[in-house]
Amino acid sequence: METTLKPVDADGVLDAVRWAAAEEIPLDVFGHGSKRGVGRPVQAEYGLDLSGLYGITLYEPEELVLSAKAGTPVADIEALLSEHNQMLAFEPMDFGPLFGAMRGRGTLGGMLAANASGPRRLKAGAARDHVLGIRAVSGRGEAFKSGGRVVKNVTGYDLSKGLAGSWGTLAVVTEATFKVLPRPEASATLVVAGLDDETAVAALSKAMGTPFDVSGAAHLPDNLVAEVPDAAFASGGRAATLIRLEGIPPSVDYRAEKLTALVGRLGEVSVVEDAQSEAVWRAVRDASAFGSSVQPVWRVSVAPRAGPTIIAALKDSGPLRHFYDWSGGLVWIEVGSDVADGLELAIRAAVAASGGGHATLVRGSPTLRASVPPFEPQPTALAALAKRLKAQFDPRGILNPGRMVAGV
Amino acid sequence: MPEPKADILAKRETIARDLAAIVPGEGVVAGADGLRPFETDGLTAYRQAPMLAVLPETVEQVSQVLRYCHENGIRVVPRGSGTSLSGGALPLADSVLLVMSKFNEVLDIDYDNRVAVVQPGVTNLGVTNAVSRQGFYYAPDPSSQIACSIGGNVAENSGGVHCLKYGLTANNVLGIEMVLITGEVIRIGGKHLDSEGYDLLGLMTGSEGLLGVVTEVTVRILRAPETARAALIGFPTSEDAGQCVADIIGAGIIPGGMEMMDKPAIHAAEDFVHAGYPRDVEALLIVELDGPEREVSALFTRVEEIAVAAGATTFRLSANETERQLFWAGRKAAFPAVGRISPDYYCMDGTIPRKALPEVLRRTRALSKVYGLRVANVFHAGDGNLHPLILYDANKPDELERAEAFGADILKLCVEVGGVLTGEHGVGVEKRDLMPTMFSKDDLAQQERVKCAFDPDHLLNPGKMFPELHRCAELGRMHVHKGKVAFPDLPRF
Repeated sequence: METTLKPVDADGVLDAVRWAAAEEIPLDVFGHGSKRGVGRPVQAEYGLDLSGLYGITLYEPEELVLSAKAGTPVADIEALLSEHNQMLAFEPMDFGPLFGAMRGRGTLGGMLAANASGPRRLKAGAARDHVLGIRAVSGRGEAFKSGGRVVKNVTGYDLSKGLAGSWGTLAVVTEATFKVLPRPEASATLVVAGLDDETAVAALSKAMGTPFDVSGAAHLPDNLVAEVPDAAFASGGRAATLIRLEGIPPSVDYRAEKLTALVGRLGEVSVVEDAQSEAVWRAVRDASAFGSSVQPVWRVSVAPRAGPTIIAALKDSGPLRHFYDWSGGLVWIEVGSDVADGLELAIRAAVAASGGGHATLVRGSPTLRASVPPFEPQPTALAALAKRLKAQFDPRGILNPGRMVAGV
Repeated sequence: MPEPKADILAKRETIARDLAAIVPGEGVVAGADGLRPFETDGLTAYRQAPMLAVLPETVEQVSQVLRYCHENGIRVVPRGSGTSLSGGALPLADSVLLVMSKFNEVLDIDYDNRVAVVQPGVTNLGVTNAVSRQGFYYAPDPSSQIACSIGGNVAENSGGVHCLKYGLTANNVLGIEMVLITGEVIRIGGKHLDSEGYDLLGLMTGSEGLLGVVTEVTVRILRAPETARAALIGFPTSEDAGQCVADIIGAGIIPGGMEMMDKPAIHAAEDFVHAGYPRDVEALLIVELDGPEREVSALFTRVEEIAVAAGATTFRLSANETERQLFWAGRKAAFPAVGRISPDYYCMDGTIPRKALPEVLRRTRALSKVYGLRVANVFHAGDGNLHPLILYDANKPDELERAEAFGADILKLCVEVGGVLTGEHGVGVEKRDLMPTMFSKDDLAQQERVKCAFDPDHLLNPGKMFPELHRCAELGRMHVHKGKVAFPDLPRF
């Protein structure tokens, strides 16, 4: 059982990390702990809990900018933005449902550390594309900042991006500034019923290649669609291929009409709007279809058209459930209960054969996560570079040691 | 700049011979005449011939050249098209200039996945040209897009006029192949949307050639919108124009482009291009909206209402594509237009919070009087990126020095109001010494440590970006006080 340090400000974090660096004591760094199940289990004597760093420190809607301390819940930030008809456009995933936990947990720091994103990723990018600046404490026990509060900035290396997706292994972010964007006035989702994976992803690709500004492109196969009731209702329980359109109402209507004409001959098309549409995309974003089980879940990122080839390559690997986001480029796979752990090799081989990408074990027992590399292993030269980068931020290896890669 | 290494210069002939063995034919340029075109980049006030220039044609040659330079302690300056406005490609006297212009092929256009894979010497516009027949384009569009290379765009994280809606280079590059100073070739990302592990792509983009040499780039291509229209909106004051920008964004409208020009810039551009800009206004906004026709026309109705409420005195919507292009032609020609009214001009590139624009313009005008130099301003109003153009005459004694001092004061002002030193032109040699106005010693040290992870001997493009070069061993030292009593005040659970 680890002892937890809970600083309430950036100076407290600096003190804690300085002390840990001097004593060479590894720290398990977390906010609410909503993503603690991701990555290799961290073995540390001390925990560093950042949830005491709370508060939105700057919000200027007309400047499209918001800053908050790292422990501020994303839900609080989204609620404030919503009052001003704005949003985090990259639609960060809420990890709660996937781990059978509450919604609305998760902090700004964790969101950046995981480089979170959602269905709008294919249009708007991920956390890395919206972070403008950070304040952080390196594993050396030194406070530093990077970036600023403006969108366009090439002054020095972009360390804010460098920390995105680093899972707390390089530095402890204490405050971050993000670009925010207006919420669309209207949103509608076309649901095409009954398509197989290949046809669905081909149709999504075609829709993405139109000028109709698709902001979500997902496919829920027939053995999974029931887990997303609003989609299943629209598709009559058959597989549901989802195309989201957002904007001002006349534009959404026009584009929905055009795209219906494009995909209508493939299958029956219905339209869901407003609350139903939001519920469907929240389910896609959070992979909540897998929330009722505890089986291992993989998240595979490949070229969009390659999505179905991953699933095809796994057809003899035993029962699994899957769905696609990002027009096929993101494949969520839940491994069946009687499938051996060895699926790792089959999945990663399929990714390599598809032209490249990566597979992450997002959910799995601690034993599985300690025995299988949860993050995609890298080629030698790249892995060595990543290790050198880690050493430049955290030479004594005290921040979340081993969380991403064993021994790093 | 770092002191040239005498021992390297002494071995110039040997080095030229060794490099010629790696890059045969005319791949090594050693003569003074041949090196002259490489003496400078877009920041023409600085000139320096490299020791040698090498023009490799294959990744293997790049790898071997870098490995050779690494083993022999030779400095390397990478160069794309040489359009950097901050001296990013300025050679060092003892450097090998690695010219990537022969890497000029589009390797793969994949419409299904909406990506293009190109060699780094392909021009920015070349990418769009390669895909435009199918209705696609590459979004970042720096003013130099006819000439600037994609590799250079990655090095500088180039922007353009459409950044607010479509992002910078960093948001539109999915993968790269690059060569480290050791000669190792690595690939980061690819056709998939997010790259694995640490965001090395994010660190590489905008690293100004200090971390590695890009040999292949995978970019996102987008389907062009059905319609794009632009409006010219004139205001009696820049405050009114600034308010209009804030109100448009406040109303939830993100224009494809939103540019502002002040009176001197309007007049210079109008005299040059005859774009139909109003001459009797203090500030001109160009607002471009794109999307389906009915979206564009509905939103322009709102924009016009907002503009009128903010005090606009003129509002003119482009009637057709030719007119839209003409509206932009004036803005895109603003730099050369200013070049016509002054023997020389010095282009600055700060970014500020938009709300600070009136203050920054007012204080810039005051500085203009102090320094006795005229200034024209063009402004990427949507994202706060300000380009003051300082007019001077290099043939007059100390005017260049005054222009540089004026420019430095403007950039310090940008930082003071919450902005940054450079929005899209890069630090290079130009703003290197201003870095401490924005960053503390610890901030800069952590950036330098990133450099140490890639190039611990400081062989790649040294003298750029960082005001001082610290040895990596020195940067790596930790000053810890072991055994110090742990902080007593921290709550523990």
